[in-house]
Amino acid sequence: MARVEETGGDREENKEEETSWWSPEAVEGGRVGEGPSRGSRGGRGGDGGRPDTPPPPPYSDQVLENVLENVLQFLVCRRDRNAASLVCRSWYRAEAQTRRELSVGNCYAVSPARVVRRFRCARALVLKGRPRFADFNLFPLGWGARFSPWLAAMATAYPWLERVCLKRMTVSDSDLAFLARSFPSFRDLTLICCDGFGTAGLAVIAVLCRNLRILDLIENDVEDEEEEVIDWISRFPETTTSLESLSFECVNCPVNFSALEALVARSPSLRRLRVNQNVSLGQLRRLMARAPHLTHLGTGSFRPGIAEDLNVADLEQAFVSSKSLICLSGFREVAPEHLPAILPVCANLVSLNLSYAVITAEQLKPVILKCNNLRTFWVLDTVGDEGLLAVAKACKNLHELRVFPFEATEDSEGSVSDVGLVAISNGCRKLQSILFFCQRMTNSAVVAMSKNCQDLVVFRLCIMGRHRPDHITREPMDEGFGAIVMNCKKLTRLAVSGLLTDKVFKYIATHGKSIRTLSVAFAGDSDLSLKYVLEGCHSLQKLEIRDSPFGDVGLLSGIHHYYNMRFLWMSSCMLTLSGCKEVAQKMPNLVVEVIGDRPKDLDSDTVEKLYLYRSLEGPRDDVPLFVNIL
Amino acid sequence: MASGLMLEETELRLGLPGGGAGELAEVAVIRSSGKRGFLETIDLKLKLQTPAESKESESTEQGNKATDPHEKPPAPKEQAVGWPPVRSFRKNILNVQQQSESKNKEEQSDKAAAAAAAAFVKVSMDGAPYLRKVDLKTYKSYQELSTALQKMFSSFATSGNYGSEQGVSVRDFMNGAGKVTALVINGSEYVTTYEDKDGDWMLVGDVPWEMFVDSCKRLRVMKGSEVVGLAPTAMEKRKNRG
Repeated sequence: MARVEETGGDREENKEEETSWWSPEAVEGGRVGEGPSRGSRGGRGGDGGRPDTPPPPPYSDQVLENVLENVLQFLVCRRDRNAASLVCRSWYRAEAQTRRELSVGNCYAVSPARVVRRFRCARALVLKGRPRFADFNLFPLGWGARFSPWLAAMATAYPWLERVCLKRMTVSDSDLAFLARSFPSFRDLTLICCDGFGTAGLAVIAVLCRNLRILDLIENDVEDEEEEVIDWISRFPETTTSLESLSFECVNCPVNFSALEALVARSPSLRRLRVNQNVSLGQLRRLMARAPHLTHLGTGSFRPGIAEDLNVADLEQAFVSSKSLICLSGFREVAPEHLPAILPVCANLVSLNLSYAVITAEQLKPVILKCNNLRTFWVLDTVGDEGLLAVAKACKNLHELRVFPFEATEDSEGSVSDVGLVAISNGCRKLQSILFFCQRMTNSAVVAMSKNCQDLVVFRLCIMGRHRPDHITREPMDEGFGAIVMNCKKLTRLAVSGLLTDKVFKYIATHGKSIRTLSVAFAGDSDLSLKYVLEGCHSLQKLEIRDSPFGDVGLLSGIHHYYNMRFLWMSSCMLTLSGCKEVAQKMPNLVVEVIGDRPKDLDSDTVEKLYLYRSLEGPRDDVPLFVNIL
Repeated sequence: MASGLMLEETELRLGLPGGGAGELAEVAVIRSSGKRGFLETIDLKLKLQTPAESKESESTEQGNKATDPHEKPPAPKEQAVGWPPVRSFRKNILNVQQQSESKNKEEQSDKAAAAAAAAFVKVSMDGAPYLRKVDLKTYKSYQELSTALQKMFSSFATSGNYGSEQGVSVRDFMNGAGKVTALVINGSEYVTTYEDKDGDWMLVGDVPWEMFVDSCKRLRVMKGSEVVGLAPTAMEKRKNRG
């Protein structure tokens, strides 16, 4: 571990393949007082805590670095850049000077100060906070992942910042205001699954970000007290805007429609518009008339408003005129008899999201049978196996399928099953990604999919009833998932469910060598399962486990691997405080968080929720009362 | 309390082999068989278990789970938190859809669906820095809700000196409005109120549970001293409307 002390450096989180976490050459070379220009190279400023600073490189090396920077600026892919930065110190510095987009997969793995010190010229930041299980109420509110400290650091370091993309972070209205004021060139804001802000923050963005091109709000929790809703759409400047994409499906309050219509009318570059469910069908038609060049459309409610008299023919005409549409979503309160209005664009559709549309197979068929170029399809299980059969017949090019449950409870009837899965596997041979919620499944269906769809990269099957076996043979679902990991050689993401024994984890460990993300719930018999996975899945980066009988022995078997992972989450398992403490003691660069529902929980020996992740910074300083860092 | 535990033991549970941690037991609840009138339920309730007791019943539950791992339990189970892994806005929106469909048309809405869809409401507590959200459909009674609220907010009430003896309990007390259900935290009395569909703030506990779930839009746990002069109870409201 001495090596880590010397050379930990500031490895920034790598989203794709993780390179080895430390390397002999990754020495920090801080530069004091240098801006983005490749001007004078003065002496090297030492980093706080670094011992003596070596003398500046000889002239010829400086020339080499200049040349290098000119070449490296063409490298865009993050993986390539990380590789280049490992070649030698010179390349490390040159790469740091030319990296334009920073991607930090865990906001606590590295501090803003460290990032800003290494990368001097960033124009874009992608930042992720909470892990995925936070979406399901497993993280108490107020756990952390605030944007404020990052914003503060970037406001001074990157005044030329243009793009920010945040996922699962807490962003306040004042953060948004500060962002709008700090970056005059700011163009693109994308917020995914974030919380903490409301219409007040959106209003400031609208007013101050004069160069705004993209404002995409995707699945955020937008909080507003009813009395405090602000008409943010009206706050965009009266002049022509440079808006290319505006998505606000998750903003639940009504918007000022005439302001919206006027905004669309003066945004000639607008190509992607996704409105919320308060926009009626009649209003949608008017918006479409204002923006006939849209490529992506989120249709809002897709239901006539009160006193709107709309016939399908009128609406269909609107779609006939929108010749560029390739992506449709919305349909939040769809009146099924109006759905056929989209027929004119179906042949061109690449992506169709009907996952809020409560429709039957009969209502789906006429539409889906025309969607022969579809690559991405999201749907509700109300269409049943029969609906999926139609999809399989029509969408030969399907790459991604998501089937969501209408009744998301354990004892619901469930309308799709192994029958639908087999049909899809037979018809959609190019399938790469599937998320499938159901109540009945068989091993043979999953095996069939593993054989028919060898291109699968993401396989997420959620049998909603806990511990459900194969509904025909009554066997555990081990063989099905085993076949998936054996036959789908490109698999990187897997979520398992149903009745599962230790055996399935042996399969996963043996064959799932490329798996990076694994989700486990209510599965396994013993610590062996966890041991298999941690010892066998060499590419594993994200492991989320809930309600499975894994204890300290399993946890400790991963000590050789945790530094290669982004995080491990375990809740309602059989961990004890002593086991977790042991991990914390043995791995100083790991932050081990024990999360409780009450502070009292933190004193007991059983650990209800464990979240551990590697970090260069040690325990964070914004720990709430219900979290204990070991 | 003891008799309640007996019922648990006889209930067939799906247990993990090796008797392990079961579903996230957010609520340690005594599920009663047979129906009760809602008034009786109110009386029953809110002698809440202290944390020590609730731990005991939790571990008994877990022990019982190691019965038969390979059989589906016959009766509908307690829902586990966050399972199935579907985001809350997806659950809630379907509920909205059902309401708007039945509003605009006379088409049959799927009864089972309406019953099963979630009901997420915000919960705020005076003095707590954070809001919480709860899915009312995961609870079957006021008692379950009280336990959950107790758990959620005791961390704020004990602020800093956790391990304090006072903790949280629930009792009845007389207020200007009559008998009121009060969550007592750390010595101060907090009362749970909710905003109903009409926008009025009512005291929690008056109406049958299902009716409450349907009409509750948000919850607020406020100091007992501020309750005087609150909107009338549901029963008085109905009376006044004639």
